Amino acid sequence: MTRKLPSGPPPPPAVQKLRLRYTKRGRLRFTSHRDIARAFERALRRAQVPMAYSAGFSPHPKISWVGAAPTGVASEAEYVEISVAERVDLERLRAALDDSLPAGIDVVDVVEAPVGTSLPDRVEASRWGIRLPQVPLETLHRAVGAFLTAESVPVTRLMKDGVRQLDARTPVVSMGASWDDVAPSCATLLMVVRHVTPAVRPDDVLSGLRSVADLVPPVPPEATRYAQGPLTETGEVGDPLAPDRHTADGATRAAADLEQAAAGAP
Amino acid sequence: MPDGVLRRPSVLLQPLTAPSVTASRNPAHSTSRSPAPTHAVADAGSATGGPRTAVTAATASAYGAPTLVTPRSSPLSCSSAGAAEDADGVGAGVVGTGSAVGVGATGGATGGVGSGVGSVGDGSGEGEAVDADADADADADGVALAAAVVVRLIGSSSSSPVSSAAAPPARSTATTAPPASSRLARLVPCQTRQSGEAGGPSSVTVRRSLRRSTSTSMGWTGARSLDDMPVESLFARLEPLLPSVSKPIQYVGGELNSSVKDWDSCDVRWALMYPDAYEVGLPNQGVMILYEVLNEQPRTLAERTYSVWPDLAAKMREAGVPQFTVDGHRPVREFDVLGVSFSTELGYTNMLEALDLAGIPLHARDRDGTHPIVLAGGHAAFNPEPIADFIDAAVLGDGEQAVLEMSAVIRQAKADGVSREETLLRLARAGGVYVPRFYDVSYLPDGRIARVAPNRPDVPFRVHKRTVMDLDEWPYPKQPLVPLAETVHERMSVEIFRGCTRGCRFCQAGMITRPVRERSLTGIGEMVKAGLDATGYEEVGLLSLSSADHSEIADVAKGLADRYDGTQTSLSLPSTRVDAFNIDLAQELSRNGRRSGLTFAPEGGSERLRKVINKMVSKQDLVDTVTAAYSAGWRQVKLYFMVGLPTETDEDVLEIAEMARDVIRAGRSVTGTRDVRCTVSIGGFVPKAHTPFQWASQLDHETTDRRLKLLRSAISSDKSTAKAIGYRYHDGKPGIVEGLLSRGDRRIGAVLEQVWRDGGRFDGWSEHFSYDRWMAAADKAGVDVAWYTTRERAESEVLPWDHLDSGLDKEWLWSDWQDALAEQDLDDCRWIPCFDCGVCPQMGTDIQIGPTGATLLPLTVVKNPLSV
Repeated sequence: MTRKLPSGPPPPPAVQKLRLRYTKRGRLRFTSHRDIARAFERALRRAQVPMAYSAGFSPHPKISWVGAAPTGVASEAEYVEISVAERVDLERLRAALDDSLPAGIDVVDVVEAPVGTSLPDRVEASRWGIRLPQVPLETLHRAVGAFLTAESVPVTRLMKDGVRQLDARTPVVSMGASWDDVAPSCATLLMVVRHVTPAVRPDDVLSGLRSVADLVPPVPPEATRYAQGPLTETGEVGDPLAPDRHTADGATRAAADLEQAAAGAP
Repeated sequence: MPDGVLRRPSVLLQPLTAPSVTASRNPAHSTSRSPAPTHAVADAGSATGGPRTAVTAATASAYGAPTLVTPRSSPLSCSSAGAAEDADGVGAGVVGTGSAVGVGATGGATGGVGSGVGSVGDGSGEGEAVDADADADADADGVALAAAVVVRLIGSSSSSPVSSAAAPPARSTATTAPPASSRLARLVPCQTRQSGEAGGPSSVTVRRSLRRSTSTSMGWTGARSLDDMPVESLFARLEPLLPSVSKPIQYVGGELNSSVKDWDSCDVRWALMYPDAYEVGLPNQGVMILYEVLNEQPRTLAERTYSVWPDLAAKMREAGVPQFTVDGHRPVREFDVLGVSFSTELGYTNMLEALDLAGIPLHARDRDGTHPIVLAGGHAAFNPEPIADFIDAAVLGDGEQAVLEMSAVIRQAKADGVSREETLLRLARAGGVYVPRFYDVSYLPDGRIARVAPNRPDVPFRVHKRTVMDLDEWPYPKQPLVPLAETVHERMSVEIFRGCTRGCRFCQAGMITRPVRERSLTGIGEMVKAGLDATGYEEVGLLSLSSADHSEIADVAKGLADRYDGTQTSLSLPSTRVDAFNIDLAQELSRNGRRSGLTFAPEGGSERLRKVINKMVSKQDLVDTVTAAYSAGWRQVKLYFMVGLPTETDEDVLEIAEMARDVIRAGRSVTGTRDVRCTVSIGGFVPKAHTPFQWASQLDHETTDRRLKLLRSAISSDKSTAKAIGYRYHDGKPGIVEGLLSRGDRRIGAVLEQVWRDGGRFDGWSEHFSYDRWMAAADKAGVDVAWYTTRERAESEVLPWDHLDSGLDKEWLWSDWQDALAEQDLDDCRWIPCFDCGVCPQMGTDIQIGPTGATLLPLTVVKNPLSV
């Protein structure tokens, strides 16, 4: 069977690949990843970002997402990569895109990606904060202690293919409790969790606290991802864009690489 | 939202395209019309002063008491000069629909298609169960109309459009936050504050200039005692409920181009509701238009509210959180008006749910000066009798001017400190607004209506619809709302004309939105540009009831395709007729973007039936058109039909299978491949008010289901084509409920209320609809469902909506009904002389079509502002 090909020239090739860090703050934490993706595509058009498109009957802008915080979870550190067909000024792009997105989805950082590097490979763990209104700090401390003492903390989660059992303990690199910086009367759970498959999410850890220490928050907890990136030797989460930023002439080299790659493409 | 698959509102099923009408006009129309008048004359009619239709002996004797007055001259032929013929009608009508845009699709509004409850995918295979490309077709529904409202100020014959310069709704991120976030933070310290939070997307985007300009306007004394109390956002109380409900983003607001005005700087405040889920209601063009039109006024404010899903509704009741608007999260009860836009009757139970959640008494008679005026608009408002107990008023027709005029009446009433009754009276006298409490209905011993007449001398005997004549003066929405949540129509829409005179007899939308009024080529171009700039959408839908009928559609399509060449922006015509479709047009539409599916709606399976419904297209025309599409690269077409049309037989329905087979065979032969498919979609016909089929017997659901089954076996019986033909249909039961509501009278209100009390909500959704619940409620209320649905009405019967004037002569409708039974088709008055439907002379309107001869100039190309 022969496939009809689209008529007309193929879309212009990508000449620059960018890595963006954005947030999901406040009420916007209720957006799902699909919602964000749609909002992004529209914002890119409103901001007149010269996107590179895939070829074919249904051309799509070249956007790739790196993980995504669950619906209902806020984030200070979400990442996306986009490719453009014309070289752009990074700061102007950041400002224009940020302006076109709803307040709360804020574009806070843009770097140029050198060819041959992979952002997903650098994202190994996340640092989370979960605010637990009306939970006494002492109670949270005890729960954390019980959780960390456990060898494993099996929890269940309802997934597409049914109820699944996970170990919430193993991926947790560190965990602690403190008062919230902003609302001093609110206990907050802080933790670093390794990215595993299937992912262990804040909800799973909360289920774990419930099972090991009977911790049942009276009010819905509010989780925020503060960082995601490489896991350092000290158990901290690093900046995944640091390598791109730290290459002194990285941007220039990256551009040259990409242009060469584009030229060499069939 | 619940897990179920979104059921496409009935509206969707209705088609898009349709057949052609080629036959010449039947001369019999102008000469052999039955002289029987429709309305009896009401005794108090002297108040109108105008000439009345004569009462025939038959009518009078059959009913004893006459019904309504027709304050209009006897039907004369409407020549083009007809506009001025009846001064009474001029300018009076109002209402509804804010722009009926799109309706086309609206099956609901139109003929009904049983509304898809219970959709069943059958047939072969892939992708049938969920209609992924529902878009193209669906679209119109979005449009479905808006709530409309309106009022003609006494003595003013027209209102000028609002200047857009008044106050462009600014979406600002930087200026907004403080009021909302600080308030929230104060109320719930631990829950809502967050470092760096800018107040959330729905933070208040106050138009500061407005606030300044109106700060001196406060201080009127209103009748509502709560006016002096501050109205706080409910968001802080709502937020804790959101983490555990499905799709919480739909309740958060903050859509691009939405706005939250300062409460105290406005003195007339509207809550606009689309009584279905957010994902269905948000794209509704009618609500969007009225929202923008109202918010452009400095002292008027409009916010939107939608039906909340049962999961959240339960939590709201538990936590004591009332129905809220998504813009300012303000309690609906605090507004002056709750305007509800009904594009289909299946939203009625959702209105009751919203009233209850809002803390507004269910029955209009129990409300006082502190409650909003509950106003119905949209196509279903053309027969609001089933909800007469629950609404304070209904507005008929286009809403743009109507809402402004109503706002003025309400503002004055508040300033005067008058009672609720007096406010309603002023609205009723302003024109276009029907206030059910001012009209009494009496019944004959056999249950038919004896008469509907005003119970006070100072309201009109008939309420006339409103009509916006120059669409170019109303280029709304200028700043379409763009939601974060996924909705049924992910595109920007521009209404290219309103009204339709093709004359499909099942189509309520086509009947009640006459005459045809086109937006000009340049007007369309400006709206597309402004809309794309404001939204970032990559698809533009050119909406109307039959988009390919625009007098300059080829220039529109080519001009837009040229303008947006290379920008990945696609165009779609959601509603095109088989006879108006051509390949060049389709190619232009898909030139710059993704190629959408093609859908045609012959509606009737046989040539004979298509004459009955007056949607004329021959099988050969259809096969030729579809074949041309296949050879131009399309591989899949959808064909829409109805089952249950008047005079239909099993044979008529079985011809659908034959048509589908012919389409596949022709497609294979022209493409040389077996890779062609067609999907047959069937909706059940529901007779609607103000159409020639308003007298018809609706087919019972058993027979509907039997015919659907027959058709399925016919399609699958031919093994050579069975796999290439998809079959989608909805069973007959929901259509019966829709039929009960669409032609019901005030006695149906008890059924509605009982259904709601028994848990009935979201009746347009298969997973929520319960036929048994409706039947049990009807039993309890002593309502004979068959009497309302499958019973054929006689000419002399007083219909529940006879006192509401869509402009159509009842005599004309009856003669068109007789023509239908005689299988006599009728042409389109855009291209032939008038056939006296009555709208133009009654409403003082006329057809407004091009061509204008203008062209779309290319957009100026500038260097990308971001490139280096």
